[in-house]
Amino acid sequence: MTDNSGHISAKEFLERLESYRKGSISRRHFLGVTGLGLATSVLAGAMPGLASRARAQGNIGDRVVIATWPNYHDPADFEAFKAATGCAVDMNVFGSNEEMLAKLQAGGTGWDVVVATNYTITTYVGEGIIEEIDLSRLPNYDKSATDPRFAGPGIVDGKTYAIPRNVGTTGFCINTADFDGTTPTSWKEFWDLTKGDLSGRSIVHDYQLTAIGNALKYFGYSFNSVDPKELDDAEKLLIEAKPHLFAITSDYQPSMRSGDATMSMCWAGDATQLHRDMPEIAYILGKEGGEIWSDFFTIPASAPHKDAAYALIDFLLEPNMAAKEALYHGYATGDSRVDALLPAEMRESEILYPAADLLNALEFGAAVTMTNPQRAEILARFKSA
Amino acid sequence: MRPSLRTTLFLAPATAWLLCMLVLPLVVVVVFSFGERGGAGGYVPAFTFENYANLGARWAAFRNTLTLAPFGTLLCLLIAYPLAYYLAQKASPRWRTLLLILVIVPFWTSILIRSYAWIQILGGNGLPRLIGEFGFGRPRFINTPFAVMVGIVYGYLPLMVFPIYVALEKLDRRLLEASSDLGSPPWRTFLQVTLPLSLAGVATGSMLVFILLMGEFLIPQLLGGGKVFFIGNALVDLFLQSRNWPFGAALAATLVLVMLVTVTLYLRSLRRLSGGRDDVALM
Repeated sequence: MTDNSGHISAKEFLERLESYRKGSISRRHFLGVTGLGLATSVLAGAMPGLASRARAQGNIGDRVVIATWPNYHDPADFEAFKAATGCAVDMNVFGSNEEMLAKLQAGGTGWDVVVATNYTITTYVGEGIIEEIDLSRLPNYDKSATDPRFAGPGIVDGKTYAIPRNVGTTGFCINTADFDGTTPTSWKEFWDLTKGDLSGRSIVHDYQLTAIGNALKYFGYSFNSVDPKELDDAEKLLIEAKPHLFAITSDYQPSMRSGDATMSMCWAGDATQLHRDMPEIAYILGKEGGEIWSDFFTIPASAPHKDAAYALIDFLLEPNMAAKEALYHGYATGDSRVDALLPAEMRESEILYPAADLLNALEFGAAVTMTNPQRAEILARFKSA
Repeated sequence: MRPSLRTTLFLAPATAWLLCMLVLPLVVVVVFSFGERGGAGGYVPAFTFENYANLGARWAAFRNTLTLAPFGTLLCLLIAYPLAYYLAQKASPRWRTLLLILVIVPFWTSILIRSYAWIQILGGNGLPRLIGEFGFGRPRFINTPFAVMVGIVYGYLPLMVFPIYVALEKLDRRLLEASSDLGSPPWRTFLQVTLPLSLAGVATGSMLVFILLMGEFLIPQLLGGGKVFFIGNALVDLFLQSRNWPFGAALAATLVLVMLVTVTLYLRSLRRLSGGRDDVALM
């Protein structure tokens, strides 16, 4: 090569990465300019270990479809999977588990991997939607490295149906620049501010579990309550708050970034991503409690590309890859092998690893909330009010 | 081949298509609307009127749709008519084709992408900021009925312009000259000749816009921030979140009924306006 145009400096690379992440340049442009697209395919060719591992699974086909959450995967990692296996990853993004379940019940999704939250697993198993995982096909999964608290919901009647992917909490984020001094610490304050000083600037999830659960916390009820009277109280609060909301959406990052919204219900990973780019955005766990959750990889019984599904899950479970993903999505993985690879600033992050007293108040979502008709109807009435 | 056999043969594909894609699904919707929601959602056969009795729970969605859809149609009409009139009667033939293409150009990009563009324009860092820079307060546009209306008029305008343009374009100029020769001032010629003769275009355009608007869900979802709720959004929610298919089916069946009634009333009144001409009203 006679000129230097094929290379870019590390600093420039990071700048490009940042622009890419913010969406101001396209993935194709990013991979093209930085040479990453080429690099991954060259690397894959040059590292026989990487290629043969994937090939050892046999011919896995040229496509795998994953149903997952917003801001949850680094597209470059899917690109690397494609380079290593020749199998392209199609990503379908959803705002709630209920939406995924609805699609799965209607059938014909074509999904090979579904990222599902702890409280859905028993329903999925009961409805015959997902099938038992063949652990021998996931050499990168090490059960002993995973906190049993987080892995537990994936095991039903002694059989493993789901492999833990990430763990996290649901709290709320605020833009501290809009507060003078005192910041809220509880769900009570979240809702009172929404109806008061922050009218028109606050966001609630479009998601029954957290929207209703965190309204229940206002009254000190359980996050998982299906008691009709307690749910009535929560509905009243939601409907009262509705005219004061900026939006009802699970994709709140754009509005927090633009400054349109000052406060939003928020998952820990989104908080990490927001805080990284805008240090003035803080993450708060309501002191009354709220949700702690773990997400899982599952394989639907109807998956058309099962070989590719196993290959993709195993690829993403590999500790170095999982750590790379964690840097991107900002959630804790619950896997001690991966934690060890994370930089100190992430391991010490209070967003990822909250103080014990805050953590103790949190509840795992309960399966009954997913199928409870009253909760489904409350969310619909809240949105249509 | 006998003419009647030929007619049957040519109409067979369309008939089969309508039977399979319209009549049968509609039957399924009606049957489901009397069923019950399953334990984990979905449909369980039953015979109950409960879903219809419960329709009041979506009254707000009906109210929103039944105010914003006609209002959006009217706004489209008021903006489209002068534009179509200019294109058909006033624009020089040299520019006409180019101007017509410009009306269609937005359709070359997906409505989804164009709505995202509106999110940026109407969001806090867009128009409100610009207005703020001029020393006025920063108004709030995004996630309001106003934003939804902007999106609707922007998205549906071409559907209104074209039928009206076609009606005005084939207007017989000799009738306008006759009116003028008989002493009518221009405004009177417009009201008594041009307008009645273009009503067929107005009827077609309004129907296109109104019927599509009654089922709209994307624009309210994106520009209304999940707060401005149409029946379309209620339906999406019932099928994709609550998984209450029977209630969703009852809502859908009711929407079809409401639509039939509104459209019939509208076409009737338009037909009376035009003096009972057949090209204006289909019924």
